Amino acid sequence: MSNSNNLPGNLKYTASHEWVKKETDGTITIGITQHAQELLGDMVFVENPAVGRQLKAKEECAVVESVKAAADIYAPVTGVVVGVNSELGDAPEKINADPYSAWMFKMKPDNAADVDTLMDAAAYQALVDSEAH
Amino acid sequence: MTLEQTPLNAAHRAMGAKMVDFGGWDMPLHYGSQLDEHHQVRRDAGMFDVSHMRVVDMRGEGVRDFLRYLLANNVDKLQSSGKALYSCLLRPDGGVIDDLIVYFMDEMWFRIVVNAGTADKDIAWMIEQATIRAPQLQITSRNDLAMIAVQGPNAAAKLWQALPEAQKLAEGLKPFNAVECNSMFIARTGYTGEDGFEIILPAKAAPSFWQTLHNVGVKPIGLGARDTLRLEAGMNLYGHDMDETINPLEAGLAWTVDLVSERDFIGKAALVTKPKTRKLIGLVLQDRGVLRDHQVVHSSHGDGEITSGSFSPTLNQSIALARIPSAVQIGDIVQVAIRDKMLAAKVVKYPFVRNGKGLI
Repeated sequence: MSNSNNLPGNLKYTASHEWVKKETDGTITIGITQHAQELLGDMVFVENPAVGRQLKAKEECAVVESVKAAADIYAPVTGVVVGVNSELGDAPEKINADPYSAWMFKMKPDNAADVDTLMDAAAYQALVDSEAH
Repeated sequence: MTLEQTPLNAAHRAMGAKMVDFGGWDMPLHYGSQLDEHHQVRRDAGMFDVSHMRVVDMRGEGVRDFLRYLLANNVDKLQSSGKALYSCLLRPDGGVIDDLIVYFMDEMWFRIVVNAGTADKDIAWMIEQATIRAPQLQITSRNDLAMIAVQGPNAAAKLWQALPEAQKLAEGLKPFNAVECNSMFIARTGYTGEDGFEIILPAKAAPSFWQTLHNVGVKPIGLGARDTLRLEAGMNLYGHDMDETINPLEAGLAWTVDLVSERDFIGKAALVTKPKTRKLIGLVLQDRGVLRDHQVVHSSHGDGEITSGSFSPTLNQSIALARIPSAVQIGDIVQVAIRDKMLAAKVVKYPFVRNGKGLI
């Protein structure tokens, strides 16, 4: 397996392999990591949550399907969905090409401080390394 | 547990394969992109390591007689040397022990190729039956052999480049025929719905032959694309579309079962008497999403189940094989439960794709 070096240092990460970016307007942007897209392989379908949906932290809220398998995507924190990347509907392969640009959805967290409790790049790298063994 | 390795294990790793545990075998899932590999086979030529499958040679007086009783299809259809037949190996109750290809070489020698995961069970069953009916037969598991499939519209042209000495012998081969060429056994068979060959050769010779094929532009294809190719081609996968609890008539394999001739065979009585309430059909998802194995299919005639579901790279939509009540008709719309939704799928005849062209 190729490793997941060069994890963006400005992002936060979850144990379920989502990345989270804090935006300046108080929202967060969510996608899946390089490691996750490598595990899943060629993406063929993305199902995002509806805008306006209230989500609890760790709630199943989206699905990505590769040729090989379906994977659930979880809300990283509690909050409301404020946007989705509709481009992925016709081009799910963008997640394979550049997982850190091909974001899935945006949330407004109920509590902004919740985002800071997520893993940083070093902690997430350690998790990925431990899963490889 | 240590995984079993084919003679091409090092070659897969050198070519960048992502290796996975496939029924106890360390096999390549893909070498970068399953989708690219799928298209490579539909549009050009690709090669598969199928050395995990098992070659069984059956030799001796009366081998044809024995196979006439052992197999659900009728080996009397095999009259010229090298001719091949697809058949199920059945339990007395009609359940499928395995599906296989049997080649007639001469009246003292038939060659059988069985699935990897079922090989030991199959051979034990064959020996058990032979002990009763044909103890003179020699049944040999050929673990010393490897198998490489070369498939795609350009498979033949590239094979002649890689193996010039085979061209004269093999270019006239019709589908489902094989010929021996020195230490190689070349069969015009496959699991993709494209033209191509399955080549059985000594394990020791496999790495250099693999490299030679690669040198003439045949790309390595992993088990991921092998599955989407065979699904598009409407070919059953043992353990998914049928197993010991399913009879071939409910697995879309009635065409492989000879109930016409007087011949008796293991499982025949059960097939004749059992009511056939279910059948295997094709599904094409009408909405976005991906059909997967074991999803429940709802119809006005009762429920069924997807036995093989995936995304079809050629058709760019999701397709499946499903076992459903016999009353459901081609063209009907059924509902498939996918997570918390019910999605519409159309019932179709399969294959979905043949020789690079969508049929749906």
